[in-house]
Order: sequence, then C-alpha cells, then structure tokens
Amino acid sequence: MRFFYMALYLVLAPFLGGLLAGLDRKLSARMQGRKGPPLFQPFYDLFKLFNKQAVVVNNVQDFLVVGFLIFIIFTGCLFFFGGDLLLVFFALTLAGIFYMMSACSANSPYSSMGAQRELMQMMAYEPMVLLVAIGFYVSTGSFSVSDIVRSEISNIAYLPGIFFGFLYILTIKLRKSPFDLSTSHHAHQEMVKGVTTEQSGGILALIELSHWYENVFLMGVVGLFIVNADWRSYLVALPVCFLTYFIEILVDNVFARVKWEVMLKSAWVVTLIAGVINLLILNLI
Amino acid sequence: MSSTSKSPWLLHYDGSSCNGCDIEVLACLTPVYDVERFGVINTGNPKHADIFLITGGINAQNEKVVRQIYDQMPKPKVVVAVGICACNGGIFKECYNILGGVDKVIPVDIYVPGCAARPEAIIDGVVQAVALLEKKRSKYKKEA
Repeated sequence: MRFFYMALYLVLAPFLGGLLAGLDRKLSARMQGRKGPPLFQPFYDLFKLFNKQAVVVNNVQDFLVVGFLIFIIFTGCLFFFGGDLLLVFFALTLAGIFYMMSACSANSPYSSMGAQRELMQMMAYEPMVLLVAIGFYVSTGSFSVSDIVRSEISNIAYLPGIFFGFLYILTIKLRKSPFDLSTSHHAHQEMVKGVTTEQSGGILALIELSHWYENVFLMGVVGLFIVNADWRSYLVALPVCFLTYFIEILVDNVFARVKWEVMLKSAWVVTLIAGVINLLILNLI
Repeated sequence: MSSTSKSPWLLHYDGSSCNGCDIEVLACLTPVYDVERFGVINTGNPKHADIFLITGGINAQNEKVVRQIYDQMPKPKVVVAVGICACNGGIFKECYNILGGVDKVIPVDIYVPGCAARPEAIIDGVVQAVALLEKKRSKYKKEA
C-alpha cells in the first residue's frame, strides 16, 4: 500500500502540480481583472520548452538541475511512502542546494545574485521547516509519516502555532510575493529572472517540472497537519490544501516584494514566536 | 496547433523609441487587451523568449545590444518590429545617429507599422509571429 502511494505521487504529481500552476495563473488573472490563460497553459509552456533549443551554459549546470529534479522526486516519494520526516526535509534542503548551485555555476551576475538571494531564502525558512518535524515528533512521538497519519486527533490541534509558521514560510517556498526574491513567476524582476536567468529550453522545463513535484509535496505537508486515523479527515485535508493555496495566491497578488532583511527577520520572528512557543507549551503539557 | 503556438513568450526591447510604442506594447498586457489569454508572457529574459519585440530605430549605441540579445535567444525565434521607427527608422531616419530600421542589424520577420502602433495591430503582429514560429519550429526539428 505504501508503495502504491509512492507510485501514485510519482505519476500524478506532475499533472496535479501543473493544474495547480494553471489554476494559480487563472486566479491571479481574475484577481487583476483579466481573463487569464487557459487552465492547461503550464503544460503548453512545458512542452514548448522541451521543443526549444537549450543554450547550454556549462555541463555542470545541467547536472545540477537534473540533481534538483531527482532529489525533489526523492523527497516527495519518501514523504508519500510514509518515511522519516527528518530525512524528507533533509532531502528537500539538498534539492534546494542543487537548485541554488545550478544558478551559481553560470557566469552571469543576475543568476549569481539570484543564487545569493536563494541562500537567504533558505536561511529564512529552514529553521521553521525543522520545527515542523520536531513539532510532529513531540505531538505524536514519531518522525515517521506513516505513524503521524495514524494519530487519534489531527495534529493541528496540538500544533496551531507551527502550522501558522509553516504557512508563513510556505510563501517563500512557493516563490510568491512578498518573498519572491530569488526568482518570480511574474514578468520583470529587477534582476531579469534571478536563479533561472541562464537556463533555457529543456533545462528550464525540468526546473518547472521539479517545482510542480515540490508544490504537490508541500501541499502534502499541509495535509499532514489535518489527517488522522479517521478516513474522513482526508476529505477535510483536501479543501484545507486548496484553501492554503488560494490564500498564497491572494497574498501573492496583494503584497509587493520586500527586501531580504524584512523577509529574514519576519520569518525568524514568526518561527520564534509561533513555532517555539507552540513547542514549549507542548512540552509543558 | 502545437504547444509552441500556444505559449509564445515575448522579449520587449526599446531601441531608440520615443516610448509611444512601448506604452502600447505594455497596454497589451493590461486587462483591456490581456494577451496572456493566448499564453503570451513578457519575459524580459532573452534566454526564455520566443518572440523578440523591438520598438524604435537602431542607433550606433544599441546596435551591438540588439545583436547580442538576438544571438542569446534560443531557436526557434521570431523578430517583430513594432512601430514605423523599428520598421525603417520613421521620422528619425535622417538623424545622424540612426542607422535605420531593425532589419539593418538582425533579420526581421514581421513588420507592424504605425505611430504609435495600436495594441490591436501589435497583437495581430504577434499572432502572425506565432504562426511563423510554428513553421520555424518544424524546420528546426528537421535540422536537429
């Protein structure tokens, strides 16, 4: 059964992630008073990119991008397999490092700046990601996802602060405004396209694909807060994931991009207040 | 219709335009015209772009820039000259610093005249560019 979930993620995540991206663009356009592209637009973009010439900057970059894709898929597979949450998050960080290094390897000032900002983003969200794993451990006594989903009550009851903190850094992870510093899905960033400036054609398509896998995995983590031993909790988790994504799109459209200092400080303050206090209370009771 | 014609990404470069055409190009992205309906994105990155939209004539300073941007774009690519200045130099044609239209430097595929070119005309130009992009793609596929 666990292998079945893993295979399901492997096959369905690109479709789900692509649809999420399409929904994102449609909703964003609606919020801006536009009609917006078709729902399947991200798939058209992906196929087009695969059909284009890939201007190879250096071979190391291609290797690093493929590494990013593989480790994102590994992260998601391990999560839906019901593996160790700590290992899942470490694999996610490793994938992030691959992504950052792929931008570093190019000899362009824009992609180097993007890589530096990507590092800043990782610094901002990494403590909270670790707190999520620790929070689940304190509340259920296990790091294993397969144990966490079998808890009596939904873990959000014990971890409301950590859930809020995770939502906060999710904006960074999904590369949404106000924290889309390293690269943005919207046109005209102050440094061209940041991290993905030097990537083109099929290589850029692989990055898009990795992001879709990553987004589905992140929605899985949101769902993990909701699900419990009762099968009906899964029916609640699904709308919660969609609502979370909708709020992220809304935030994306409402806020302007902030400077990295604001991002780092606010993310750490939220981690400290919401995350650590939640953990302290949990330890006291 | 293949995916290429459904997802044309633009790169907009201002040569020595008076900004009239540039404003009209940007007007295409606003809710009134909303070119994103056709999957058009204004990328601002030559390495992601399919269509090179260029406004204003070529002068001695931007000649190299235009050539470099064109070279950086991955194949298949299409160049659209927007506005009469980009087509042949327009009213600036006789100026000492103007070399002429965009086709003095790089091969132009679609000419969109007008001063300034209307958003409807620009969208029409882009639609024709998309059709040409499709042709170039099949040619590129055969070569590859």
